[in-house]
Amino acid sequence: MWKRFSSNIGAMIGVVLLLAVIGIALFAPLIFAHTPWQMVQRPFLTPFSMDGLPLGTDTLGRDVASQLAYGARVSLLVGLVSTLVALLIGVPLGALAGFYGNWVDEGAMRFTEFFQTIPNFALAIVLVAIFEPTLASITIAIAIVSWPPVARLVRAEVMSVRKREFVDAARLAGLSRPRILLTQVLPNTVSPIIVMASLMVATAILLESSLSFLGLGDPNAMSWGYMIGAARTVIRSAWWLSFFPGIAIVITVLALNLIGEGLNDALNPHLSRRGKA
Amino acid sequence: MSIVTVILSRAFKAFVTLLAIAVLNFCLLHAAPGDPAVVLAGEAGAADEQMIEQLRERFGLDQPFYVQLGKYVGSVLTLDLGYSFRQGAPVAQLIAERLPATLLLTLTAFVISLVLGIAFGVAASARVGKASDSLLTTLALLFYATPLYWAALMAVLVFSVWLGWLPGFGYETVGAGYTGLARAFDIAKHLVLPALTLGLFFMAVYMRMTRASMLEVSQLDFVKTAKAKGLSGPAIRRRHILRNAILPVVTLAGLQAGQLVGGAVLTETVFAWPGIGRLMFESLAARDYNTILGVFLVSAAMVILFNIVTDIVYRLVDPRIGAKA
Repeated sequence: MWKRFSSNIGAMIGVVLLLAVIGIALFAPLIFAHTPWQMVQRPFLTPFSMDGLPLGTDTLGRDVASQLAYGARVSLLVGLVSTLVALLIGVPLGALAGFYGNWVDEGAMRFTEFFQTIPNFALAIVLVAIFEPTLASITIAIAIVSWPPVARLVRAEVMSVRKREFVDAARLAGLSRPRILLTQVLPNTVSPIIVMASLMVATAILLESSLSFLGLGDPNAMSWGYMIGAARTVIRSAWWLSFFPGIAIVITVLALNLIGEGLNDALNPHLSRRGKA
Repeated sequence: MSIVTVILSRAFKAFVTLLAIAVLNFCLLHAAPGDPAVVLAGEAGAADEQMIEQLRERFGLDQPFYVQLGKYVGSVLTLDLGYSFRQGAPVAQLIAERLPATLLLTLTAFVISLVLGIAFGVAASARVGKASDSLLTTLALLFYATPLYWAALMAVLVFSVWLGWLPGFGYETVGAGYTGLARAFDIAKHLVLPALTLGLFFMAVYMRMTRASMLEVSQLDFVKTAKAKGLSGPAIRRRHILRNAILPVVTLAGLQAGQLVGGAVLTETVFAWPGIGRLMFESLAARDYNTILGVFLVSAAMVILFNIVTDIVYRLVDPRIGAKA
């Protein structure tokens, strides 16, 4: 499996890019002497015009490069944790629906459908606006709008796995139903879940940046979306302030998408590429 | 099932969904930190004691929970979405004024993304493995990773600020006094950048889907038959493969409608497009919850309508579905 993954050029580019972003996020305090909130020079310093401030300064004279590095922390953290929370909601719900069927399935799927109908970005805005923007509320809001596809995927996988012969064998061996679900069925659904999760982290990062662009970011955390939102009004005079954070988002999201596709090709080689556009 | 029964059952489902969203809105208002009456009045500073007292009375905030819920849902059902103290007008009226602009923007973006996405997808699948195919798929991957609002900002920077080709701000030229065709042309010019940037992401999605679907259908036996009949490549692609490959794309397009409406909030914010998304953005800073929740409800209704329409289109494109169901 690793062989198939590592021979995929796109996926390897993704891994390298993502490792670079993670490295910058981890070592931000070592690379930059000042925090992203400190005034270090005059405002609107153009990029590449002064040593030590490669990307210039923002409207308040803060170091843009340092802001980018600290912004990577927020993006990666929110992306990862919100995906984990979404899995915690979606996997059990989908598993129960697919395994027990009947009214459990009916109820769970109605519930999922309801959340799929609601425009998810609008719901995220409403949730964060009402519960005040903090890293926790943003993470939970993103998780709440992202779990439905997980539930549907897990349900479909569990429904197909539970009809296999080894599940009948487990039942004959006297295993209880919950035990069959946990130890026999679910482990066989892991690989599509991993693929979906990697793509979800990418979507979550886009969502987080969109929220903070609208001014719904955690006021105590520097994020890429906030940087673009704050620089929006000065785009005529200082285009670089909106340009660089956007590039950072594109690189990170692209890296995760490439990895997700590589994982998909490596883990599910028999599947065609349809249905994951 | 005939089209009529389909529409009726869908309409019933839509009604139930909207009712559930109204209940959700009510619960959210009560979950918000602080007194719901003060929350409803917003932080605009416009609300005095008397107004808050009126709100308490109107929503029966001194009565049991279920009475309050009934009152709230009842008022939503009569299209009374409350009053925006910040804007000084009923929310329903604010939304009604702004809805046409949003409908114009989202529908245009939807059509552009679908048409271009399918066209590029077909083009890429016809040249599979060649340089132009790799170029198209790479571009799609890039668009797919680009934040909507950032693409919009960059489009303003390049096409409006630097090149000066297109207006990057507003719905029409203010004070130009255009009428008739001239006005329509003016609005169309303002529409180009917002609609293109909003459609870009979805174009990438539909392109990838069309390409994959075309490649899959082209493996099927009836395509071999068409080839054996001596039909040309383009004729087979157009008349045989595309017609079958387009179905999953239409399904996906219907499912994506919600994202399109959500994306409108970002696009309208960047382009100062006077739609309900911009209205929501303006209400965020003032924590004008009545308006925020009103826009939320209406955008959900738009998504449901979109879904019903794509469902009907789907049945028209593929008559087999109607016969089966």
